[in-house]
Amino acid sequence: MNGFQMLRASTVAEAVSMMQANEDAQLIAGGQTLIPSIKHGLARPAVLVDLAKVEAMRGINIGPKEITFGAMTTHAEVAASADVRRVMPVLSDLAGNIGDRMVRNMGTMGGSVANNDPAADYPAALLGLGADIQTDRRKIPAAEFFVDMFSTALEPGEVIAAITFPLGATAAYEKFRNPASRYAMVGAFVARTAGEVRVAITGAAGVVFRFTEMEEVLRKSFTAESADGVVMSSDGLNGDMHASAAYRAKLVTVMTSRAVTAAARLQ
Amino acid sequence: MTSISMTVNGRKIQANVADNQLLVEFLREDLGLTGTHVGCDTSQCGACTVEVNGNAVKSCTCFAVRADGATVTTIEGVASPDGTLHPMQEAFREHHGLQCGYCTPGMIMSAIDLVKHCPDVSEAEVREAMEGNLCRCTGYQNIVNAVFAAAVTMKGMAK
Repeated sequence: MNGFQMLRASTVAEAVSMMQANEDAQLIAGGQTLIPSIKHGLARPAVLVDLAKVEAMRGINIGPKEITFGAMTTHAEVAASADVRRVMPVLSDLAGNIGDRMVRNMGTMGGSVANNDPAADYPAALLGLGADIQTDRRKIPAAEFFVDMFSTALEPGEVIAAITFPLGATAAYEKFRNPASRYAMVGAFVARTAGEVRVAITGAAGVVFRFTEMEEVLRKSFTAESADGVVMSSDGLNGDMHASAAYRAKLVTVMTSRAVTAAARLQ
Repeated sequence: MTSISMTVNGRKIQANVADNQLLVEFLREDLGLTGTHVGCDTSQCGACTVEVNGNAVKSCTCFAVRADGATVTTIEGVASPDGTLHPMQEAFREHHGLQCGYCTPGMIMSAIDLVKHCPDVSEAEVREAMEGNLCRCTGYQNIVNAVFAAAVTMKGMAK
């Protein structure tokens, strides 16, 4: 493994200035993707800025209309929180099915969102629910945040401080997991509010996207049967050793249909 | 090099470590605690599982400097000082939950963490919760039997 210096930030502002002061610096949150990447030589930071001691980036706050997670909230904390279970159970289940128990004890929401892996779960939740990403300098709507594969709207050295989800949607998430890596081959996040349905798909393409054709159909008729009738084109979808593009296209419909069934049960 | 301190299996440790040293390297190479294994080194197999501040983590995917100030328990720290095995270790022996034994320390650390957090765990939940630990010998059946049996014993002891 290449050598690097670890700097420990205690505030968001300090993390930002450490990033500005050091060339080839990278932030480390839970490290569950970054550390394997460094081992494989895919990332070669000269400096790592450790966010683990930034107290302001921890904790879950529930307001009347929204729920806010500090960016360093672990998947295990989200999954175990009785408050999250009460106001937004879809996030409890989503977080509780990321990776495995040990990974969930380290991996964080902010780290997952910043990394924007095309098969990660959280991007689908943020896009489906219309979350806001609060950084050290601005608020970025999820719709503008996830730009491309492993690429986001974050500027160099910009730090995610918190993520806020609006309450009130009835939502469900279903994924078909790769049995070895446990990443979503396809995940469908369905969120229904008064008059609107959003369907966010992860795992199928280079970056999370909204399946607008499906949304139109479900807005008129929110049933699994309606979802089953919407065919996704395989153009532009991922095809690899795990699944062809055509197979992923089929999974998009099936996972959406299952999520609609699950969401309808909650109403 | 960075100076760190941690409590490992009840013992206070102070050491200087390179910033890129993994926790598992620190435990095995610097402290000689070779019961924690490295299987895949890619966060898949769970052979390196240890407890850090009350939670099971993969020590191959954690830097030692980030465990500064932590309380760490490894497989060497779970039996009683008089040698009496932990109920989870006893259950793995009783139910033949191992063959070559390579994955066993990680299995046991992970299973203890599971039962501690979910005392009423069902057999199906054991199967799901242990998915971060891979075994290439047993076919898992006896591991599941062992974890489930130990959960019952540990619950009885807690009363």
